[in-house]
Amino acid sequence: MSDIAERVKKIVIDHLGVDADKVSEGASFIDDLGADSLDTVELVMAFEEEFGVEIPDDAADSILTVGDAVKFIEKAQA
Amino acid sequence: MNGDRTMFDLSGRKALVTGASGGIGEEIARALHAQGAIVGLHGTRVEKLETLASELGERVHIFPANLADRAEVKALGEKAEAELGGVDILVNNAGITKDGLFVRMSDDDWDAVLEVNLTSVFRLTRELTHPMMRRRFGRIINITSIVGVTGNPGQANYCASKAGMIGFSKSLAQEIATRNVTVNCVAPGFIESAMTGKLNDKQKETIMGAIPMKRMGTGAEVASAVVYLASTEAGYMTGQTLHVNGGMAMI
Repeated sequence: MSDIAERVKKIVIDHLGVDADKVSEGASFIDDLGADSLDTVELVMAFEEEFGVEIPDDAADSILTVGDAVKFIEKAQA
Repeated sequence: MNGDRTMFDLSGRKALVTGASGGIGEEIARALHAQGAIVGLHGTRVEKLETLASELGERVHIFPANLADRAEVKALGEKAEAELGGVDILVNNAGITKDGLFVRMSDDDWDAVLEVNLTSVFRLTRELTHPMMRRRFGRIINITSIVGVTGNPGQANYCASKAGMIGFSKSLAQEIATRNVTVNCVAPGFIESAMTGKLNDKQKETIMGAIPMKRMGTGAEVASAVVYLASTEAGYMTGQTLHVNGGMAMI
């Protein structure tokens, strides 16, 4: 796992209080990890803070899984 | 109640009160402090804040800022959050009036009142809400006014700002209820203050005629409602407006 993926995973674990082994790349925040809509907004804000990137609303709407978040951040930082 | 905690105990809670250099705000700060809270006093008049701070003694911080300046509002939120180590209780009390009959009301008078009374509330609350959500505890208490519900001739701008505050509070209350952050309003009626002190005898007489209690309220009576809403005991109250008006309007 890349460094970005590890950091994303850690944020998700901390924020949603879920077990590390549940946070796979394909895990959906809402369907698999029990997040509500407010959690997804908070996660996006936490990613912005951690990685110093701006995630516009339309991009945030398409970040549904752990892998989506990693991909977006990798692209934004490239 | 649990253990030796008394009802409405706010020990260890950190509160920020805007407009604490004015009559009602000062009483709110005193009351929260008396319940044990660490209190941040915001205001524009630094000497007044310092006087109140020295009267209260310990557990007090002062945060002067001009709420008409958007950058200062943001800075106020950041500073209070950092210096108090997290704001648990936010009391948006600061407000101004620029009265005048509607047909003669200038853009400036409209803008000034909406900016300070409503936009600064939005901006300061936005600054402090997210940390409250993260901590899974928060009390946001907005001081509106009876006239935000009933209207009042000569105060279209002020009434719009105060009614706006109620709608704002209800929306926010619904969004963040699951995070244990409550959002409520307190709506004072006629309260003894510098503002009502300017009324002449005839105006006062007219007002008294409309108040079943036949007297003005005190800042302390408004502050008691704030203490209740700030307390752990009020955990199931959200999106509500408490009217403290001697029966002047029963809503």
